[in-house]
Formats: sequence, C-alpha cells, structure tokens
Amino acid sequence: MLEIENVHSFYGSIQALKGVSLSVEQGEIVTLIGANGAGKSTLLMTICGQPKPREGRVILDGQEITGKPIYDIIRMGVAHSPEGRRIFPRMTVFENLQMGAVTANPEHFDQDLERCYQLFPRLRERRNQTGGTLSGGEQQMLAIARALMSRPRLLLLDEPSLGLAPMVVKQIFEVIEEINRKEKMTIFLVEQNAYHALKLAHRGYVMVTGEIWRTGTGAELLANEEVRAAYLEGGH
Amino acid sequence: MQEGQTSAGSLEFDIVAAGKEAILAALVALGLTIFMLGFRATDAPGGLQLATRFDWVAIGVLCVFAGRFLIALLRQKKEKSGSFLGKGKPAQKEQGTETASQISDRLKRVKRFSHLIGLAMVAAAIFLPLSPIADRYIVDTATLVVTYVMLGWGLNIVVGLAGLLDLGYVAFYAVGAYSYALISQYYGLSFWVCLPLAGLLAGTFGIILGFPVLRLRGDYLAIVTLGFGEIIRVVLINWYSLTGGPDGISGIDRPSFFGLPFARVAKDGETFHQFFGLDYSSMHRILFLYYLILIMALLTNWAVLRLRKLPIGRAWEALREDEIACRSLGINPTNTKLTAFAIGAMFGGFAGSFFATRQGFISPESFVFIESAVILAIVVLGGMGSQIGVVFASVVLIGGFEFFRDLDEFRMLAFGGAMVLIMVWRPKGLLSFREPTITMSADPPPGKDGQQSPRPVGDAA
Repeated sequence: MLEIENVHSFYGSIQALKGVSLSVEQGEIVTLIGANGAGKSTLLMTICGQPKPREGRVILDGQEITGKPIYDIIRMGVAHSPEGRRIFPRMTVFENLQMGAVTANPEHFDQDLERCYQLFPRLRERRNQTGGTLSGGEQQMLAIARALMSRPRLLLLDEPSLGLAPMVVKQIFEVIEEINRKEKMTIFLVEQNAYHALKLAHRGYVMVTGEIWRTGTGAELLANEEVRAAYLEGGH
Repeated sequence: MQEGQTSAGSLEFDIVAAGKEAILAALVALGLTIFMLGFRATDAPGGLQLATRFDWVAIGVLCVFAGRFLIALLRQKKEKSGSFLGKGKPAQKEQGTETASQISDRLKRVKRFSHLIGLAMVAAAIFLPLSPIADRYIVDTATLVVTYVMLGWGLNIVVGLAGLLDLGYVAFYAVGAYSYALISQYYGLSFWVCLPLAGLLAGTFGIILGFPVLRLRGDYLAIVTLGFGEIIRVVLINWYSLTGGPDGISGIDRPSFFGLPFARVAKDGETFHQFFGLDYSSMHRILFLYYLILIMALLTNWAVLRLRKLPIGRAWEALREDEIACRSLGINPTNTKLTAFAIGAMFGGFAGSFFATRQGFISPESFVFIESAVILAIVVLGGMGSQIGVVFASVVLIGGFEFFRDLDEFRMLAFGGAMVLIMVWRPKGLLSFREPTITMSADPPPGKDGQQSPRPVGDAA
C-alpha cells in the first residue's frame, strides 16, 4: 500500500534520512521505532510531502506522491495524527471531529461519528467540551478519532504515547489494535515506546541516525538481543 | 457574611507596604505629569512663554497615590481571605468533570443570553433615531459607531476567526471608498451599482495582499500588512492624475433612496421629500444613511455568522488554532487564508463606499494607520471572534471618543486609560467566550445518536 524507496531527506545541508526504504502492506500495523533524533518524524513528514526528499520515491497504491502537498495526500485516503496531538483547543470535541471530516463525504458523517464515539466512549461524554479542557489521554483519543473521521485507508500515527501515563498508553494501543483487527485498517505507527509498539505491530523497523538498522516481525524484534539492549532495557 | 467574620481577625492591613507602593506609583506619576501637565507654552506678546500649572500636577499625583493605595489594600484583603481563593480554585477545576448535560445547559444559557442581548441591541439601534434624545449629532455619532461595528465585523473574519493579525485593514476601507468615488465620478454609476463593485475590488486587493503573506505568521504578518496599508495610502497621495492626491475627491455622489435624491430641489424628477409629500428636512438624509449602514452592518453580521457554520468558517477557526493540524487534516491553508483575506477585505470595501457616500469627500488623510489601529482595537477589546463584543467595543471606543470630545487634548489620555482598564479587567477582551458553532443535545440514547445528530451545516442561528 505504501512504498518508500531509498529516500534521502535534508534539513538545509543536514541529512536526516540516508536512503530509507520500507513498505506497509494492506491491513498491517507497521511500526517504526528509534531514539530521539533518529529521523522517525522526518520520515513521516517526508511521506506527507515536507521536506521533499532529494532522492527516492514515496508511492501510495502504485501512485507516486513524492513531495506532494500534504492536503492532497490526505485526500487520497491517508490520515495523519500529528506528533503532540495538536487538537484544536478552543473548539469542542464535536467540532474537532467535524474538522477531521472536511475531506470526507458528508453523507458518512453521522456513521463515522458514531464509530468514533464507540471506539472512544469518553469522547461522547465530552463532546460539548472544548479540546483544551481534556486530559492528555483524552486529547490523544480525540486526535486519533479526528484522523479516523476522514475514512482513511492508511492511518499514520506519530507518537501517540507521547507524554501519557502507562495506563492510558495501554488503552490507546488497545484501540489501535481494535481498529486494525475489526476494520482491517492499515496503520503506520511511529513510536519511541518500543515495547508497546512492537508488541502491537505485525512488522517493525528500527531506525538509527537516518537509516533502517533492523527489521522483522514485531515478535522477532522484541526477542532480538541488540534491540532489547538498545531500546527495551530499563523499564517497561 | 461568614466570610467577613472568619477573616475579620486577620484583616490587619500592612499600611506601610501599601504606602510604599503608592509613593512609588506617585513618583512615576510625578515624572510623567510634570512635563505633560506642569509646563505649558503659551502665546504671549513677545513670543512664547512658559506657564506652569503645578496645581494640576499635584492633583494628578495625589489621585495616583490614593488610587494605588486603595488597590494595594484591596489586594491585601483578597490575599488575606485566601481561604476563599483556595476554595475557588478546585471549584474551577471541577469544570472538567462537569457532566455533559451540565455543560450543554450552560452553553444553552449563554447562547440564549447572547441572543437576547443581540436582539435588544438591534432593537435599540432601530429605534434610536425615533427616540426623543435623537438629534442630528446623536444620529451622526451612531452612524459612525455602526460604521466601525461593520469594519470590526469585517476584520473579525481575518483576525478573530482566521487568527491572521492584519494591521493594514484600513487599506481595504480606502480601496472601497476610492472605488466608489472614482467609478461614480468617471462613469456616473449610482451608489447601488458601485457598492458591489467596490466590495469586489477590495476583495481582489485582499487576495493581492494575501498572496505574499501566506507563509508569514504573527509579528511578520503584522508588519507586512502594516506596510500594505501604507503603500495604498502613499499611492493614493501620489497618483495625482487619478486620485487627486492629497486634495482628495470632492463632490462624491450622495446616495439616493431608490433613485429619489435627498435634496431641496432635484435637477430632474422628484426628490425624496416631494415623492413622499414631506417637508424638506436635512435630517432625512442623515436618517437614511444611518439605516443604510445599520442594514449593511447587520448583513455583515449575518454573513459572518453563516460563514462560521460553513466548512470554510470552521477551517478559518481551525487555522487560527493550529495550522499544522489543519494541514494534516487535508485543509489547504493557502485557499483558507486567501478567502479570509478576501472576504474580510470585501466587507471593508463595502464600509468604505458607505464612508465615501456619507462624507461626499475623501482624501488619503482619512485612511491613516490610526484607523487600522482603532479597528483592530475594537476587535481585540471586544474579544477576538466575538460578534457582540465588537459592538460593545465600538460603542465604548468610538462613542467614548466622541463623549470625551470636551476634554480636548486629554481625549487620547482618556482613550488610552479606557483601553488599559479594559485590558486589566478583561485581558481576553470584553467577551472572550467562544460559542461553539453547534452544540449537541444533552444525553441522547446511545445508538439513536447516529440518526438524529444534526447536520453541522444546517443548524440555523
């Protein structure tokens, strides 16, 4: 579904991605883990068109989307839940969800809204509350729900566990798993929380300083000694 | 009452601290007033002479001293009864755990209240000229206030909704005014034909301004828009052959009542008072102008309220909240910003042609930066994005400005003082509450929600 071929991205003269290739197949959860500054978010941003890679291609369903503006890519059936949640703080939960549906067919709206409320019952309770008054976990739920409102075929999640309590992280990951299992949603998950991400994902990629260092199924990577030593020791 | 009893024992004020604070404030006031109030250059035989008015300085300093002293005492009292504050805080936090029905009830109350106020204000505006206090001066002032209300509502789209700080809004006002004046002079078209043209032209200028500033935000955007406002003004001054430069354009066509001019005698055909069999009165035109701008302003308000509920209006608000999130939801920020600029500018253009037809004379003098600043102040003081807030702020600022006319050179002082007071009292503007574009019913039976949830667009105000 999503192919990334030998992508090189730069910030000015600094090279952030040094020839990254990966693929996400229909119906999979694929996770990309790595430390701070490894280039995970840059890769996600490159998929979304900015920065435009100097070399390499990004292909969605056989169609090249390299460097296209993100609002065009979103209209091709990709949803992006950005890092740091970025909900609209002064708008109500309902209005936030409405904003998620701007690219969707309005006929689906009620149905999609109901689906989001079922996935996250808390959002139904809080639908008239402004986004800024939600707790961090609720905001993350809202960010994911908002992304789902556009009926995507591919969901890009950028660090959904960022700054959340372990209990809440668990909840969020359960929902991600549920979306994938029940709806066959293809999910590309960028995470620092390697343990949860690898447990959840079908396949994973480990990124180190702009390159893919290891790849394999989630279970393989979890069992891999080097990966354990680098990302899983001490905690979780 | 209980509050007073419990804290009565501890209500010993620290007079020394308050006094120190007051003396410091008084010293600052002394420094400020001694030159501004204390010395005065007067015309005397043999040249200018320096006169002193130290009594004014003394009064000013004493006022500041007393005021600051009181404020310090009041604050101490507040701090002493800290238990009250302590209780207050968790109560506020509990807002987060309010049930959905409580929240929607509160929203409904606020909504109903603001609707009532809105209706009352419209009624008051309609009946103002009929009331006994209405004389020419009052109606004229009211016309001015409503013009600024309309400008405020127009700018509210750009600043309040889309969150783009525009310091050059007066440029669109100028474009509208000059469009009307020039088109009507060169082509002899009537006000009613020129009005949409002026709006269109101003909207085009909005897009022209929009393009170069698309990537800018915040301070940078403000500076460029400020420059744009000045460019328009400078062009108007220097393009002598078209605009008449600093001389301006005079003898602009006054508006007619569907072809009936407001004049004692018409060149050809009937005049307004002849047609309706009234005695000629110069008030007719004043009243007509007042109602004209009132209708235009109300249409602006209606349009903005509608737009807010449409996807484009929501996109503006979302853009103000978070541009990155907007992008990642598939909103094209370029188009969104350009429409905000264009539509905001269009209303500025409408108001501008009204200004031209009302004055009968325009010159670049009328479109200086301070106008932009006043309009922006109206939007900010009103509470960004609040429609009724704009009305309050216009009445306070423009009406107050007229009200303090007798203060002569201290008018600006009163004006500035009022602004500072508002910002201290209400740092987010007079009405900072943002009304959601739609509120869901309190507790629908789950499952039914899917069918009955109202379509976002259809919900009428």
